[in-house]
Amino acid sequence: MSNIPETGRTQRVQIRLVVIQILVFSLLLTLGGRLWYLQIRNGQEYTDEAKNNHVQQVVQPAVRGSILDARGVPLADNETRLVVSASRTELLKMKDDGVGVLTRLAAVLHMEPKDVLDKVRLCDAKTPQPCWNGSPYQPIPVTDEATTQQALQIHERAEDFPGITAEPTAVRRYAAPGKANTSQVLGYLSPVTDEELTKAQDTDSPYLRSDQVGRSGLERTYDKELRGKAGVTRYEVDNLGRVIGQAQNDEAEPGASVITSIDARVQAVAEYELNGAMEAARKEMDRNTNELYKADSGAVVVMEAKTGRVVAMASLPTYDPNSWVGGISAKDYAKLTGKKSNFPLLNRAIQGTAAPGSIFKVISSTAAVNAGYPFDGNYPCPSSYSIGNQTFKNFESQGYGDITIGRALEVSCDTVYYGLAHKEWEKDGGNKPKKNPNDWFYKTAHQFGLGKETGIDLPNEVSGRVPDRQWKQDFYDANKDAWCKQGKKDGTYVEKIAYEGCAEGYKMRAGDSVNYSIGQGDTLVTPIQMATIYAAISNGGTLYDPTVGKAIVSGDGKTVQEIKPQAHGKLPFTGDTRDKIDQALAGVATQGSAAWRFGGWPQDKIPMHAKTGTAEVYGKQTTSWFATYTKDYSIVMTISQGGTGSGASGPAVRNIYNALYGLDPSGNQDPKKALLPQPQKGLPTIRSDGSIVAPKIKPYAPQRPADDTQTLALAGTPGRRD
Amino acid sequence: MAGFSVSRYAPERSTWGKIVARDSVVRRLDWPLLGSAVALSFVGSLLIWSATRGRDSLTHGDPYYFLFRHVLNTGIGLALMIGTVWLGHRTLRGAVPFLYGISILLILAVLTPLGATVNGAHAWIIIGGGFSLQPSEFIKITIILGMAMLLAARVDAGDQLHPDHRSVAKALGLALVPMAIIMLMPDLGSVMVMAVVVLGVLLASGASNRWIFGLLGTGTAGALAVWQLGLLDDYQIARFAAFANPALDPAGVGYNTNQARIAIGSGGLTGTGLFQGSQTTGQFVPEQQTDFVFTVAGEELGFVGAGLIIALLGVVLWRACRIARETTELYGTIVAAGIIAWFAFQSFENIGMTLGIMPVAGLPLPFVSYGGSSMFAVWVAVGLLQSIRVQRPITA
Repeated sequence: MSNIPETGRTQRVQIRLVVIQILVFSLLLTLGGRLWYLQIRNGQEYTDEAKNNHVQQVVQPAVRGSILDARGVPLADNETRLVVSASRTELLKMKDDGVGVLTRLAAVLHMEPKDVLDKVRLCDAKTPQPCWNGSPYQPIPVTDEATTQQALQIHERAEDFPGITAEPTAVRRYAAPGKANTSQVLGYLSPVTDEELTKAQDTDSPYLRSDQVGRSGLERTYDKELRGKAGVTRYEVDNLGRVIGQAQNDEAEPGASVITSIDARVQAVAEYELNGAMEAARKEMDRNTNELYKADSGAVVVMEAKTGRVVAMASLPTYDPNSWVGGISAKDYAKLTGKKSNFPLLNRAIQGTAAPGSIFKVISSTAAVNAGYPFDGNYPCPSSYSIGNQTFKNFESQGYGDITIGRALEVSCDTVYYGLAHKEWEKDGGNKPKKNPNDWFYKTAHQFGLGKETGIDLPNEVSGRVPDRQWKQDFYDANKDAWCKQGKKDGTYVEKIAYEGCAEGYKMRAGDSVNYSIGQGDTLVTPIQMATIYAAISNGGTLYDPTVGKAIVSGDGKTVQEIKPQAHGKLPFTGDTRDKIDQALAGVATQGSAAWRFGGWPQDKIPMHAKTGTAEVYGKQTTSWFATYTKDYSIVMTISQGGTGSGASGPAVRNIYNALYGLDPSGNQDPKKALLPQPQKGLPTIRSDGSIVAPKIKPYAPQRPADDTQTLALAGTPGRRD
Repeated sequence: MAGFSVSRYAPERSTWGKIVARDSVVRRLDWPLLGSAVALSFVGSLLIWSATRGRDSLTHGDPYYFLFRHVLNTGIGLALMIGTVWLGHRTLRGAVPFLYGISILLILAVLTPLGATVNGAHAWIIIGGGFSLQPSEFIKITIILGMAMLLAARVDAGDQLHPDHRSVAKALGLALVPMAIIMLMPDLGSVMVMAVVVLGVLLASGASNRWIFGLLGTGTAGALAVWQLGLLDDYQIARFAAFANPALDPAGVGYNTNQARIAIGSGGLTGTGLFQGSQTTGQFVPEQQTDFVFTVAGEELGFVGAGLIIALLGVVLWRACRIARETTELYGTIVAAGIIAWFAFQSFENIGMTLGIMPVAGLPLPFVSYGGSSMFAVWVAVGLLQSIRVQRPITA
């Protein structure tokens, strides 16, 4: 063929036609190239995107694991409630968007149609509560309190209720077995927040919109284990969200159960006795303020001495964890967290701090021995001790002459410790401290684990405080401006203190040191710290991390992961010193400041060791401390504004021991009545289906003393400080 | 040898003999062109079927509704092509004033209450019974024929080597009137195609370079002015903005482009298989049977199938280019070039927008997209190409 123009067609047209052809084919080539780029080079990326596009997930939440006591009694578990839910996708298929169905449903449930419609609508910026803020593909719960009758009606008339289901669903329950409510230890749940949702998105345990998250206590510490893994069914949907096929199905894995070392029976006793002690204290007159004791809060810890496991832990005031289930009302929330609430959510066993008073003296005694003062040496115990023009009283207001450190512990002689601490203070340079002072009394407190968390498996433990030189300096730096502004030389007590603080608040003065040696002043300790220390004295010196969790049993019961006791330190004394302190503390219970509380105690069978403490708090009534141990247990109780150690806490602690060992008030042991004469060693039996055998539990029946000896003893010892 | 081909002296032949005779119209048709066009329509019917069989709201419950209509449209289109060949493009030259008048009336009718608005463009006349007419599809043919008539008249008569300024100006005026009316609809896509057609026609006519570059310059300046003066509707600006950056608003304006690109991208080499595409089955791409039909090919037939569509369009355009080059008269050349510009640009714009390299404009893919008006228009155009070919002198 030829391109030679046969007619009048010119070269110009001919060239232009070639240009058009080239243009046309470059356009087609561009398309081909782009097509290759999208489909071959980047194909995978778009394939993934297409997948996300058309798959929607429906989640079956995993059943949260239970929290059990050491014998398998559930402290927190789930109860089955009949939950009526509506499927939005089904409802939207109807002509009236399901309004008719929901109205009929409201009639069956005896609810207002508007309430039902509101619950089923989706939340957005303009929609106020109630509304559903979960996935629209998820069945939306209308009520969790349906009766069997109502559920049956819905099932039988299924054709009247398309998209409505009435199914038994697990809801959290805090059963308080035998009235052991254990609130602060168990913690509580509340719905996951948007922030947590995004934060956990790419971790190995992402949250679901419908998830409840442990907010405190064991629920929080073991949240990941308890939560389990939700099942996910993936549906293929079209652009309007209509289901066109099922893609994948992951079965839900129920959450693991946490077996704790708590014994519900002992817990019930501890809670009852703590409350009893506080109520009793409120009837006592405080001779210093001439008011009844307020006993505003208190805590008790029962710990296995050889492992650090917590057998019971109670904190007052308390609350009912069930009030969080299904969403807490604003009123309840205010009651739990408001200024007037006295903060029942606080676990005062690990979050409450106070000066320790004389129960600190085991630390001072060890410090003295380590500083070179023989335990059995003779130290003067006058009725008061003077430094310059300051006089430090022996709170017993009694002189014992020259006594050993052991005897000083027994009778809680303050002046012995004043003398020792003062001497050490002078050795360290006094008001002009040496470069590297020994600071035996402060160093030893740190070695006993004070000033830092014990590491218990409960969240938000506080560390307390050892008021050493470093702290003094830091505290001064933080406060000097305020002090110097407020301080007046001849003003009120507070102004004078501020004046002194401004002048030399960074200084470790002699007064600070001697006050510190008897556990008064700026020292702060938690009950769990003291329980750990007294347990360590009992077990020969090992400081265990206190634990509540004992084992984690997977949902199917097939794997059991034990939580082994772990030590975080050794007490800084030789076996000899320990034995002597041990002996002295036994003496406290038999002939010292706590003896009047342990009348009739079978000391030969169950050697009891105790130390009382009464801590001064500026502007408040004294804090009662009572720290005790046997060879198996250590019990520490404290009552804020509760009076003296033995006075306020003594009977309660003894009653807990009585229950543990099966003793009657006069000291006769009945092994059958003993709740836990030895710590629970093994784990409860786990059945092959994963459920855990739980024994029946009887509520605590407190024994009242058969005779009036205790009441008499109380009356007969007025004004006892320790 | 040549003498036998002169029918006057040949003995009477049977009908079949006439059809298969070496010099018959049927033998002289451009079969690769026809075959590719039919193949494109066939592929189109499968893609439309796949895209619509689940769209109950559109099909009134009949999954074959669109398939059947597309095949019917193709049949009518083939008949229109045969009619056009039978009439011949030269005959149609005489009818141009009449056709032009009818077309102008139709597009004016769209602006009256007879017209209907679809997707922001007031470009349809609803006939009733589910049928509607888009006159801007037919006006493209009228413009091509009319411009070719004006430009080629004196050249083909041998008076001039190239069309003079007067003819060019007249031809431009002929094109600008309907373009201005369509701009009012506003059907920007069609106006863009017409502008390219005008350019192609002028190029092929041999009009002076001054006209070509002058028009290009005016077009650019005009586009800028339209943009600056805000003569475009919001939906048109939105389409352009989303074209520049689809991530801007993936749920809104960028949705179409984004979903289209996902559909095509996920097809890979061989695609998911017909009826198997999740993007198509899930109806994530809007207008998938019409403007976005290429996405069905991309997803379900993959690079192989989508590439085949481009290749078939390439064959159509290649044959059209040959016809334009080989015809002996300027009139035929101009008509063919106009059709080439039309098909090429409309295909490029349509496929380009699904691939995200062109802004979204409501233009169907020739032969493949569902839509009667477009289908009839392109088949008439194929008829014109065939007519130009069969009426050229046999040179072999």
